Amino acid sequence: MVEERAGPAWSLDYIFHGPERGDWVHVRIQQAIDDRTVPSVSDIVHAADWHERETEDLFGLLFDGHPRLGEFVLHEDWPEGTNPMRKSFDARQRLEPRTDAHWEPPTVVEAPGVFAMPVGPVFSDFAEAAHFLLETVGEDVITAIPRFFYKYRGVEKIAEGQAPRDALLLAERFSGTAAFAHGLAFCQAVETIAGVEPPPRARMLRSLLAELERLRHHAAAIKGLCKSTALAVATSQAALIEEDLLRLSGVAVGHRYLFGALEPGGLALDIADASCRELAEEGQAILARLAELERMLEYTSSFLDRLEEVGIIGRRDAEDYGLVGPMARASGVPWDMRKTAPYAAYGALDLDAPTEAEGDGYARLRVLFREARASAAMIRQAADSLPAGPVSTPVAPRPGAALGVTEAPLGAAFHWLRIDARGLVERYRLTSPSFINWHGFHLATENFAFQDFPIILASLGLSNAECDR
Amino acid sequence: MTKWVVKGLRAGIKSTRYPDAMEGAPGASPGRPAPTRLDDERSAARLRDLCPTAAIAPTEAGVSILHERCVHCFRCLRGDAPAVVRWERDYEWAALERTAEDARRRLGRAFGRSLHIRFLDAGACGACMSEASQLNNPYYNIHRLGFFITPTPRDADILLVAGPLTDAMRLPLCKTFEAMPEPKRVVAIGACALTGGVFGPSFASAGGVGEFLPVDVVVPGCPPPPLAILHGLLVAVERKPPAPEARAGAMTGNQAKESFR
Repeated sequence: MVEERAGPAWSLDYIFHGPERGDWVHVRIQQAIDDRTVPSVSDIVHAADWHERETEDLFGLLFDGHPRLGEFVLHEDWPEGTNPMRKSFDARQRLEPRTDAHWEPPTVVEAPGVFAMPVGPVFSDFAEAAHFLLETVGEDVITAIPRFFYKYRGVEKIAEGQAPRDALLLAERFSGTAAFAHGLAFCQAVETIAGVEPPPRARMLRSLLAELERLRHHAAAIKGLCKSTALAVATSQAALIEEDLLRLSGVAVGHRYLFGALEPGGLALDIADASCRELAEEGQAILARLAELERMLEYTSSFLDRLEEVGIIGRRDAEDYGLVGPMARASGVPWDMRKTAPYAAYGALDLDAPTEAEGDGYARLRVLFREARASAAMIRQAADSLPAGPVSTPVAPRPGAALGVTEAPLGAAFHWLRIDARGLVERYRLTSPSFINWHGFHLATENFAFQDFPIILASLGLSNAECDR
Repeated sequence: MTKWVVKGLRAGIKSTRYPDAMEGAPGASPGRPAPTRLDDERSAARLRDLCPTAAIAPTEAGVSILHERCVHCFRCLRGDAPAVVRWERDYEWAALERTAEDARRRLGRAFGRSLHIRFLDAGACGACMSEASQLNNPYYNIHRLGFFITPTPRDADILLVAGPLTDAMRLPLCKTFEAMPEPKRVVAIGACALTGGVFGPSFASAGGVGEFLPVDVVVPGCPPPPLAILHGLLVAVERKPPAPEARAGAMTGNQAKESFR
């Protein structure tokens, strides 16, 4: 996390969080603004690798000792010396792309018979914009090099100077399939700065809606996995479940992706107790259908063959890369922000954060099913124990900085926010689970068969919108 | 494999009757603000001030809505009476762009029941893509209409685009469009693809795909529900008329709020 502070000086905040005991370590270093070289820590903490590459692009800082700085967020056609997160950079300007720039996928492997397969940024029928270069000499993928940030919209920069409730629109919409979790992390940062706690009813409803989003997200992820293995009926059944959950969300708050339900200080709307109980009933009915689908998949050998012992990520690797969410839990890392840093009403709910040991595609599928089950149970528990009272409390703007943390459907989401004296956003930085997990994506794809690539991709289920921001 | 066949058959027919009849399932559409008659100017001004994307414009009789700017923040619905907007629960939102009024820019009848669609992500948040991908689920099942999603632009008649058009996707978008054979049409979905939404125009993205492509049909919404996207495709092949011009309606905001609850 990097900021430019009055002085003028660089302020670099390193926030480390360990999965084991949920410890936080916050290190802040400061140095003169014209000193642009910082020692790299990625040789000690491998998870810092992409953060440093990103910071080099967005701020123009150089990390001494980092082996691979250079084009990352900003592709080759950005004008030389552009560092959009610098305060001196105007977010409203239109940049003319360089026309002399040329890019070719970099190849690494040199061997007789090797060939490189570029995929993207426009590929498959419904796929987000991203590019992958797969190198192979036949069956197995030797290297898988991703190229992201085709979808870089500069969300963090655009948010600067906006009132928090307007910046919330960006927090919800940069990754629409996890809108509630990200909006919630943002609201929590605003509330921490203002020293305000939302009323108990709002906190319980927030947990309920967050679990509804997770349930829907996981149903969609299961659908994606069925689709990647060309299991048509299972895909259709999972798709029906997903659509039913979208409609359920639409009935609950008016929006199928839960946009507009949150506001700093609580929720923008109340949901009646009876409606919540109905929603929980529906959730249970949908869960029963999901459980039947799971049972049928468990006995479909052609499906399991494509998942078992494919796309394995070991526990050691998962820890070194600091992986989060279902992807980490499938490799045996029991890391869940709802547990290690309870927010909303999670302290009062029975939380089951399942882990699996194998780290393969099947383990990831089982984690999705088990988490869906846990989400439906929490929805019911929340609906049955809703406290009475208001759903919002006023938030008076106050200058300061805070970190908002939630467990998004794909894993831990960190929203760092600084509010200035006018009550507007001065600095907004976010680290998303997809950004963290894409870093480790090559672990799952390398040394596995070429034709398994789409299935492995589906079993990871990561989002580029969430990664690229 | 037999068990899957049986499972599929036992699920029965789930497909909507739209476009032959209107779909009324709750939650199938988020609805959207509609032009509202208001008696006093202050309510209209207040509604305009509530809107973060300047989608609400005061008129003589109340307020009109610039649908392509609306991002579904619901502030105009959840305000205090009488400054509350009328809320429509429909989904036939697709409109023709000026370029499409030209008869030469229309797809012929031959495409009406065999239309191949290439989806393109120009920096979308994932919600538009999720809604577009629902078109293949059994509820919407676009195959029954002769519509098909194709992975290659070489086979595509329609380019279905979502997202504000980030700088990095400008070239891939133009190349994809060029790779499509004539006649070809562009359907832009979502507030981002129409106006840049909450993201653009900015240093990193354009204010919609219209800056670089000739857009024929626009589908507003954030995101537009599957039925609205389906309406857009039907409009593109002239099987459905586009949404009527936005006019100030008869219902007041309060009545609408009652009907919404």
